[in-house]
Amino acid sequence: MSEVTQEQITALLCQRLANFTEIETEVSPETNLITHLAIDSVKLLNLVMEIEDQFDISVPLNTLVDVLTVQDLANLIYKIKSLSQ
Amino acid sequence: MSLLEKLDAAAAARKAQLPEGIGAFGIPIEESYSATEARIGKRRVLMLGTNNYLGLSFAPECREAAHQAIDQEGTGTTGSRMANGNYYGHRALEREFAEFYKYRECIVFTTGYQANLGTISGLVGAGDIVLIDGDAHASIYDGCILSGADIIRFRHNDPADLEKRLRRLGDRSRNTLIIIEGIYSMLGDQAPLAEIVQIKNTYQSTLLLDEAHSLGVLGETGQGLVEKTGMNDEIDFITGTFSKSLCGIGGFCVSNHPQLDQLRYVSHPYIFTASPSPATIASTRAALKLLQEGRLLRERLWQNAHRLYSSLEKSGYRLGPQPGPIVAILLDNPRQALTLWNGLMEHDIYVNLVLPPAAPEGKSLVRCSINAAHTTEQIDQVCDVFSKLHPIVA
Ligand SMILES: Cc1ncc(COP(=O)(O)O)c(C=O)c1O
Repeated sequence: MSEVTQEQITALLCQRLANFTEIETEVSPETNLITHLAIDSVKLLNLVMEIEDQFDISVPLNTLVDVLTVQDLANLIYKIKSLSQ
Repeated sequence: MSLLEKLDAAAAARKAQLPEGIGAFGIPIEESYSATEARIGKRRVLMLGTNNYLGLSFAPECREAAHQAIDQEGTGTTGSRMANGNYYGHRALEREFAEFYKYRECIVFTTGYQANLGTISGLVGAGDIVLIDGDAHASIYDGCILSGADIIRFRHNDPADLEKRLRRLGDRSRNTLIIIEGIYSMLGDQAPLAEIVQIKNTYQSTLLLDEAHSLGVLGETGQGLVEKTGMNDEIDFITGTFSKSLCGIGGFCVSNHPQLDQLRYVSHPYIFTASPSPATIASTRAALKLLQEGRLLRERLWQNAHRLYSSLEKSGYRLGPQPGPIVAILLDNPRQALTLWNGLMEHDIYVNLVLPPAAPEGKSLVRCSINAAHTTEQIDQVCDVFSKLHPIVA
């Protein structure tokens, strides 16, 4: 997973998040994690650990404060991933 | 949405989740009779949900010491340790804690919550890293947030997962504070301390161990997991609370690093709050003596813990991973947990109800905590009731 594009990250997140909640909903980059998907804080923290392992990066929880949508999360992962290379 | 409307919405969501469950939280205790019995409403109940592990809440030595302190020093210090609130008792208790652990330094805080807040935020800051167990207590999370350090979680009690995350950090592992607990407050399991110590040494990180629930409970003299595993020389900082086995209120941090003392000058949760009252300090000092000499109490506690754990297991309940003074019963959902909780209350037994997000991994728990003062008859009575109620969860 050395070269990964922002689009790939977004697509991967959408796919993963669709199975993540009980709510039947289409997940798009604009989807709000909390208000649309009703992801509680514990689930979000566990998702972060999965993401860290998948992309082999560290995603500090304090960097999540500005993350509202799937796109925000994808941007953050992309930024961390690019910096770590 | 206004600030107050947001609170209304949160209250409505809470009521919708479990309308009858509300009564389980903040239940009014009308009278406390002993370390094991209290009155709730009209019922005299057996308390199986306290953190009073050694049963010292009515110990005559501690009550006497508290009385004397009130008579001689008054009810409150009315100030911070850094100003007018630094009494003889606070300094004596710090010395006694340091001697107990055979460490150089100790700082006493006003609560255990503040001990974590003050220690963590004093040790790390922006640019540093805290690597915390996934099941860490809220006081640890809050301390990390207050510190401004980068917060990373590792999978609960999983040394391989911790190592993987340290490796990812590269050189930054040397600026990393790893935080774990001796006994975890919800599931009652113990940290794999020896393995974690080995990893922290390899990566030259710093380790903080919170012995809140293991102080008085583990080790020959009750130091906690550190003593049970013989790791005294390996732990950088130990925090803990007076509010559980010591039956007071307050917290501490001990360390062999002389730099701990510097926290007094930088740590807001130490500086900007009043120091513990003289009575609290006096009863805690008396309780610390009883705790150190309390080998027989620990034996009683562990006999009770094993008795309850194995009986519940036989009855078919799903339990936390290992026996101990905290026995967690895992239920499928909040409703089932509440039904069991109500069933126990109808039989005059009080336990803790723990619902998501307070319990790890979205679990719903009925959490029992056992105490050295529980008699074998009381434990057997509890086991009978649990066995009768098992069809509720089957
Ligand atoms: C693991 C842990 N640390 C710290 C604390 C805080 O202790 P205190 O009640 O003294 O604030 C608690 C208690 O709730 C705890 O469970």
